[in-house]
Amino acid sequence: MTDTLGTAGRRRGATPPLFKLARALAATLLSVLLTIIGLLFVTFLIGRVMPVDPVLAIVGERASQEMYEAAYRSLGLDQPLYVQFWIFLKSVAVGDFGMSTLTARPVAEDVLRVFPATLELATLATIIGVCFGVPMGVISAVHEGRWPDHLVRLFGLFGYSMPVFWIGLMGLLVFYGILGWVGGPGRLDIYYEDIIPPVTGMILIDSLIAGDMTIFWNAVSHIILPASILGYYSLAYISRMTRSFMLEQLSQEYITTARVKGLSERAVIWRHALGNVMIPLITVVALSYATLLEGSVLTEVIFAWPGIGQYITNALLSADLNAVLGGTVVVGLVFILLNLLSDLLYKIVDPRAR
Amino acid sequence: MMRAPDTQITRPGLRAWLNSDAPASRFQARMIQLYLGWLKLRGNPLALIGFLIIVALVLMAIFAPWLATAEPSAQDLGQRLLPPGSAGHLLGTDELGRDIWSRIVYGSRITLMIVTLVAVTAPVFGLLVGTLAGYIGGWVDEVLMRVTDIFLAFPKLILALAFVAALGAGIENAILAISLTAWPPYARIARAETLTIRNADYIAAISLQGAGALHIITRHVWPMCLSSLIVRVTLDMAGIILTAAGLGFLGLGAQPPMPEWGAMISAGRKFVLDQWWVATMPGLAIFTVSLGFNLLGDGLRDILDPKKSKS
Amino acid sequence: MRFQRSLLAAALSTALALPMTMPFTQAEAATPPNMLVIANRIDDIVSLDPHEMFEFAGTDYANNVYDTLVVFDPADLSSGYQPGLAESWSVSEDGKTFTFKMRSGISFHSGNPVTAKDAEYSLRRVVALEKTPSFILTQFGFNKENMAETIRATDDGTLVITTDKKYAPSFVLNCFTAAVASIVDSKTVQEHEKDGDWGNEWLRTNSAGSGAYKLINWKPNESYSLQAAGDYWRGDVAMQRVIVRHIAESSAQRLLLEKGDVDVARNLSPEDVAGLSSDENVKVEDTLRGRIMYISMNQKDPVLSKPKVVEALKYLIDYKGMEGSFLKGQYTVHQAFLPLTYMGELKDQPYSFDVDKAKALLAEAGEGDGFEVELIVRNAQERVEIAQSLQNTFAQAGITATITQGTGKQILGKYRSRDFQIYVGAWGPDYPDPHTNADTFANNPDNSDEAQLTGKLAWRNAWDIPEMTRRTDAAVQETDAKVRAQMYVDIQKDFQKVAPFAPMFQKVEQNVMRANVNGFNPGAAITAVFYWPVTK
Repeated sequence: MTDTLGTAGRRRGATPPLFKLARALAATLLSVLLTIIGLLFVTFLIGRVMPVDPVLAIVGERASQEMYEAAYRSLGLDQPLYVQFWIFLKSVAVGDFGMSTLTARPVAEDVLRVFPATLELATLATIIGVCFGVPMGVISAVHEGRWPDHLVRLFGLFGYSMPVFWIGLMGLLVFYGILGWVGGPGRLDIYYEDIIPPVTGMILIDSLIAGDMTIFWNAVSHIILPASILGYYSLAYISRMTRSFMLEQLSQEYITTARVKGLSERAVIWRHALGNVMIPLITVVALSYATLLEGSVLTEVIFAWPGIGQYITNALLSADLNAVLGGTVVVGLVFILLNLLSDLLYKIVDPRAR
Repeated sequence: MMRAPDTQITRPGLRAWLNSDAPASRFQARMIQLYLGWLKLRGNPLALIGFLIIVALVLMAIFAPWLATAEPSAQDLGQRLLPPGSAGHLLGTDELGRDIWSRIVYGSRITLMIVTLVAVTAPVFGLLVGTLAGYIGGWVDEVLMRVTDIFLAFPKLILALAFVAALGAGIENAILAISLTAWPPYARIARAETLTIRNADYIAAISLQGAGALHIITRHVWPMCLSSLIVRVTLDMAGIILTAAGLGFLGLGAQPPMPEWGAMISAGRKFVLDQWWVATMPGLAIFTVSLGFNLLGDGLRDILDPKKSKS
Repeated sequence: MRFQRSLLAAALSTALALPMTMPFTQAEAATPPNMLVIANRIDDIVSLDPHEMFEFAGTDYANNVYDTLVVFDPADLSSGYQPGLAESWSVSEDGKTFTFKMRSGISFHSGNPVTAKDAEYSLRRVVALEKTPSFILTQFGFNKENMAETIRATDDGTLVITTDKKYAPSFVLNCFTAAVASIVDSKTVQEHEKDGDWGNEWLRTNSAGSGAYKLINWKPNESYSLQAAGDYWRGDVAMQRVIVRHIAESSAQRLLLEKGDVDVARNLSPEDVAGLSSDENVKVEDTLRGRIMYISMNQKDPVLSKPKVVEALKYLIDYKGMEGSFLKGQYTVHQAFLPLTYMGELKDQPYSFDVDKAKALLAEAGEGDGFEVELIVRNAQERVEIAQSLQNTFAQAGITATITQGTGKQILGKYRSRDFQIYVGAWGPDYPDPHTNADTFANNPDNSDEAQLTGKLAWRNAWDIPEMTRRTDAAVQETDAKVRAQMYVDIQKDFQKVAPFAPMFQKVEQNVMRANVNGFNPGAAITAVFYWPVTK
């Protein structure tokens, strides 16, 4: 998105800055809106062309033909496609995604229930990814071509190459089954369920609000393994990008100047070079975060984690169209908004992009 | 897993390379570059390992009938779930008594097929969209890039899942679905490259000589985009293999008895606690090949990045 | 440069030390003594309304939250149906009127007393809602128009039911044990009625019963929790809370059980059960369930409609091989459509894996050179394995089978629209009477495409059987239980010979539980699980 918006701004040339800003903002909003409508349309289309029968999902295997037809009409499936899409758009605009056939609840309510689980997991994974990925990337760049570099890169590439469902199964087996260091599948030990009142839907935060440390630590023990595994992927990506950004910075003249001026190596690397790398790094982290927020279906399946990825997949496999549409829209929106945010941030901070 | 085209790194280097070369000797220059690249590949042990892994995969696929010790789908219910090293079964047997080694060997053909088909469809489509958008500009650019953004905003595995669900399960549809989800980043790279090339002096010169848009795109823009695309494709291969395996894991990829590695893990996860090898062997195979592509891609980027050769 | 190295070292050592310093190290955990924690696949629950739900996990729930007029005693399931909310009943001379006398002194969770009015409301609700399982009751001729006369509470203690014709009383009473015949709290449900929906929207996520437990919380695809409701008229309830958690993976269920984080694991694979056999902290309890695994051949297909081909395929199934390997302990060979333990059960196993015989039959049918055929199957593991075994054994007689797997809904869609060749799947009885399976496997009053009898397996397979249809219709009206049982045996014997169905296995459920759990009864082949008799 950086490219499109950037060049559009440049082409127009000499207009008053404030006006330019307003126009750029309007253009950005318009393009975001168009993207969202496009997203809705494609999702809608996929839902309608699927050969899975959404009616069967409701009426079940034994239903008679009359029952089937009644359900067919009640879903509005006898209307023409464009009418169905228009009805869908109108209800989405007011936050109504309809009822899920799979859970018999409003999709909006379902998404509010499952999304915090993913948010919690993705946030922790990103924190892990940043805390380990950035220093590793820096170390790798500073030692370019030597063993710490090779080690870090290899470590990262391992992360990239591991099938997540396999490493998840193995992790569960070793750390839960054999060593007993972490909690098992699910977000909490089962008998702790439904004890603390849900406020944010994120158990780590809710338990702190409720002041129940037993549940907090129990939740930590459950989230740490899936978060570490997702964090590993995030780490692999972040360290790789940090490394190349750092290499670029370290070859710049101002670094040489700083060194000549007698600044300590520590200051040169961690303050000057890394300081300049921070800006593009924000984009990278935002992107990695957005990807994780989509919900990692496979990790969620293995760890019985009731997140948005599993929700959408289940819905997809059982032709629960409203749920698929609702879930995908939310995930797509998060992606678009995070992207937009990092773009804006990038433009504000980086003089070259302005 | 990640989508960002890290074009920032390759673009300036490629531009420098472009500017330093006279158009007339470009082919020659590229050949020299290729040769130097090979030399550098040899000098980069990690990339060389990656390269060798890919070569091994190709050889395994070609010579599968000779390497396999049994028919990949021959069942023997009396010989099921044997551990690795059992007589006649190097890596053990699976839940239907089929030889895991032979299945992995034949499975390499499927993996290679997935990789090749995706590699010749998604980047080509992305290239087409990207160069058109970049070269023509204006509303064509806007529309094409909006479409790209829409596809980019979709969760990848979910989009693939949706396509497979719509088209029906099967390896061909899985490949198609993966291609459909993989093209947007290539379109973005190609567009970015096109924008820089379009404004280059030599393009203006050719244009003045009366060359048409088609000629410029096919003869001058496309070749320029290739190297950054190749790097990106190599790096993406691992992701593609993992996505295909993920689809197989969810039962929507290859259909039985095809020895697709992801589907093999999926079947083997039932036995992961006692018969760990059933899921682990194909897991290792996927891991090795993904690692190979990653190592090669990482190395290729260094090689095709002229900035690095300066230091 | 030294500081970088120390930083690297620090980063590495924290990474390694992190797991050790975290306060996760749990001693052998155990669930609280008055709580039952179950790992189960419950993603088939769509609705908690007992008059709408129709899947296994749903009926498990209904069996513990609601009561029915006629019940089964978990301590002695084989004794058949017993008085429940109705303490007694009588059948009129003509066999069409059933008069139930209600048990007094029982209340719903709300405190409202259970009366015949509630029973009347509940049964009429089933008829009026017309949800999927409603056919279990409407097959007796009830409909929206006549329900005011056919389902009637004459006073608070008496309910009178009138059927459209004479049926075997055992058949009628067995149907009244099903989850769909649950009695709901009419006052509470009526308070939540909306636009004439009989409170359906509310009851989908809430409970209003008189059973041992009431619902506390349901998170779809995740878990439900139940709380003991207080004094239960059928006995003491030891487990004050029951939590059922959806865990899809067998290995995950096993790990949770081994760690003591759950008390019962209900979906372990044969391999995981075998892996636990030496663990003395757990025990395995086998129960024969009603599910029949079968394959069926579409009679619209020109090759598959040849009787000799049908017969040949029945000899190309490696029954014993599958039973002894990947189905070990969880399926037993069974070749008739009624589950064992049902009235009229047939134990004959005329078919075995015999390639030579099959080849001879194929040659007689003029298909000696083999042919190509497509198997459709749901992507559930044991079914895919069965399909692969069939693919393998079919090939030995020259039949090339391809497998198409899909999600349950995809495959079911093809099956219902008669758009397939061979279907590999399972069928579970809807209520504990032989008519449930006889009606679907061996009854097809109109074989035309237009008839759309999609609920009947015989129709789905385009199997035209006027004579057998007449016999199953007769069996359901026979009042003499002995004669009736013999009629089903005879039907099944003929079915075995000619039907384009090959029943292969009956399900054995292996529930694995912590050694201290007692009284866990999954309901055998006739009903659903009972949580309330459990102690530990």
